[in-house]
Amino acid sequence: MDIKFFLIKYSEIAVKGKNRHLFEDKLVSQIANRLHAVEGTFEVTKTAGRIYVEAKTAYDYEETVDALQHVYGIVGICPMLQVEDNGFADLCAQVTAFLRERYGEDNALTFKVMARRARKSYPMDSNEINAKVGEAVLDAFPNMRVNVHTPDIFVNVEIRERINIYTEVIKGAGGMPLGTNGKAMLLLSGGIDSPVAGYMVSKRGVYLDAVYFHAPPYTSERAKQKVVDLARQVARYSGPIQLHVINFTDIQLAIYDRCPHDELTIIMRRYMMIIAEALAKKNGALALITGESIGQVASQTMQSLTVTNEVCTMPVLRPLVAFDKQDIVELSEKIGTYETSILPYEDCCTIFVAKHPVTKPNLNVIKRSEEKLADVIDGLIREALETEEVIEVTP
Amino acid sequence: MKEIYLDNSATTRPLPEVREAMLRTLDMDYGNPSAMHHKGVEAEHEVRMAREAIAATLRVNEKEIVFTSGGTESNNQAILGTALARGRQGKHIITTAIEHPSVANTVAFLEKEGYEITRLPVDRWGLVSPETLKEAMRPDTILVSVMMVNNEIGTIEPVEALAKVVHAANEKTIFHVDAIQAYGKLLIRPRSMGIDLLSVSGHKIHGPKGIGFLYIRDKVKLSPILFGGGQQRDLRSGTENVPGIAGLGAAAKAICEKREEHVAEMIRLRDMLAEGLAALPDVTIQGALGAGLKESAAPQIISASFADVRSEVLLHALEDRGIYVSAGSACSSNGAKHASATLTAIGLRPQLREGTLRFSLGIYNTEEDIRETLAALAELLPMLRRYTRR
Repeated sequence: MDIKFFLIKYSEIAVKGKNRHLFEDKLVSQIANRLHAVEGTFEVTKTAGRIYVEAKTAYDYEETVDALQHVYGIVGICPMLQVEDNGFADLCAQVTAFLRERYGEDNALTFKVMARRARKSYPMDSNEINAKVGEAVLDAFPNMRVNVHTPDIFVNVEIRERINIYTEVIKGAGGMPLGTNGKAMLLLSGGIDSPVAGYMVSKRGVYLDAVYFHAPPYTSERAKQKVVDLARQVARYSGPIQLHVINFTDIQLAIYDRCPHDELTIIMRRYMMIIAEALAKKNGALALITGESIGQVASQTMQSLTVTNEVCTMPVLRPLVAFDKQDIVELSEKIGTYETSILPYEDCCTIFVAKHPVTKPNLNVIKRSEEKLADVIDGLIREALETEEVIEVTP
Repeated sequence: MKEIYLDNSATTRPLPEVREAMLRTLDMDYGNPSAMHHKGVEAEHEVRMAREAIAATLRVNEKEIVFTSGGTESNNQAILGTALARGRQGKHIITTAIEHPSVANTVAFLEKEGYEITRLPVDRWGLVSPETLKEAMRPDTILVSVMMVNNEIGTIEPVEALAKVVHAANEKTIFHVDAIQAYGKLLIRPRSMGIDLLSVSGHKIHGPKGIGFLYIRDKVKLSPILFGGGQQRDLRSGTENVPGIAGLGAAAKAICEKREEHVAEMIRLRDMLAEGLAALPDVTIQGALGAGLKESAAPQIISASFADVRSEVLLHALEDRGIYVSAGSACSSNGAKHASATLTAIGLRPQLREGTLRFSLGIYNTEEDIRETLAALAELLPMLRRYTRR
């Protein structure tokens, strides 16, 4: 018995009231989009508060489940049997056949029947269905036992116009469907943190644009390719990402020439934020996203974050701000960006990093240092923005 | 932008006759050489012609040539094949501290399997001394593996003298030479030079990638490392890569026929580049060439260390001007520095190692390439040195 249907579970707490309709429609279209790339033809439908995926042709089960697991807003994916109502005896036969197929004749699982009677005209009530289906299961499988508190499997029987039977709930990505919360600009480096930060914000239904600061010949073409690869991995969750590649070399050299070397990184980051915000405004993004985490490096102390933040008027989302490095690493492993992040192409940019950078920068001191760039910096920023390279990154 | 390709020791642009031979075997003689019908005979003929052409360049018998997937497989076949065939007679293998990873990592694997490895040191020019080899030879030495031309600094090892030491000390010891950077550049006569096994790669001589050969002196018995249908006299199973073989045959023939002419021109360009480099401030030429030992310097390789410059930065800056070279060791910010074994073995200090570039010539390079490269370096070096980590 091949699985032809998936019941899609989503978090209902988040979508009370008028938004529910919007949320569900976005989710349906995101699922349809995602399944477009999967072998086979599917129909995604919303009926009576339920979202179903129906396979209309032969398809690859693992590939399909994997694709569904990358859709934000899905809490659970239930491979399901859907049958016509041909009377209660037939229902019991269908349930036992489904269990036999999935768990075998000799399984010794404990179970609990969970009936839901959405069609109130059905002649039996939920308790009755639970008891009778349970009996049928016990009769059919000599080693199965009932356990109402901590069963191995829940045998779900949903009486609707037709009847849904499922036992398994595969964990989904959670979060909110893409497109329900606008767009933000991710500052993407080749490191471990920023792809994770992008993933986390996009999980709240936010579309992503990304900006990468390229410094040839100090950073190589492969370092750039690595960032494109990372964006592609994030795009498996977030959908297509427009990646803006900014040539930052001249700005870096100007800072290096004119400013105190222990302030290089902090000044550089301020200009990165200025450029990212300009790009965000131009491209309709409502916030910036960084992978910063308090105290991780000199440029991410509270003082440094404050000084960096000062140049922005947009909200700067820092989803990793209170994360330990190890937790970030685990997340990056989970979303599949870790291996790419640790590739050693970076970067001869280290010449722009002082051996002992300031850890408690003073805003007034930094501003005074930046005055040394006053005559050139606007032109350099304009040029950097005008010479941007845009790469459309799709999963 | 004009392209100046000075990375010919990494790989080369195939010759037109190579392309032609490959197209012929893709379009027409596409049969399986083992097939009994006419299409098989055609393909077998292609393989035979290539084998004969290659054997002629070394003055050896065509039965002594086995086609492989390239230099790495040739070196693996030579070393593992010897170890598997002679492991009972002894477990001692001698090699050098500056071998290519396809030799170094293969003997390192055998070391874990219980073989004993002696790695001969080299002097500051990268030369192995026959005396050191003599002292290392033992009755249980089954294999000595030495490269003919070092791929990073271009030093030519005294292979003939080393062969004499090996055979005088132990007549059972097999002498393997990695000639991947030497074939087509140096005159190689395995028989008179005392070489038992010789590795060659196709794409270093303007041939195709994915093909190479191993010369195996008659009567030397190796164990196969690939098993299957028993092609190539049971030593190298797998349907022959006919397009690759035909391409390799064409390259070997063309390159070896004009070897002296090509080499004379490469030496002229090499010396011009080396002199120009040496005239730039704070540049040191490595290897035998740097010592003025021209008879021990390969015609195609110049290794130069630039003080206070990161090789990767200089490489990308040259690349911006269409000039392609290679760096011995890549720099990186996450500490995963892959120091070059050769540059370490010749005693180069880390700062210079990280500022070392390799320029390698091929038959397509011109005097203008060299002039433009030197001009670009003269312009870039002061600029890059201004931005050095302080």
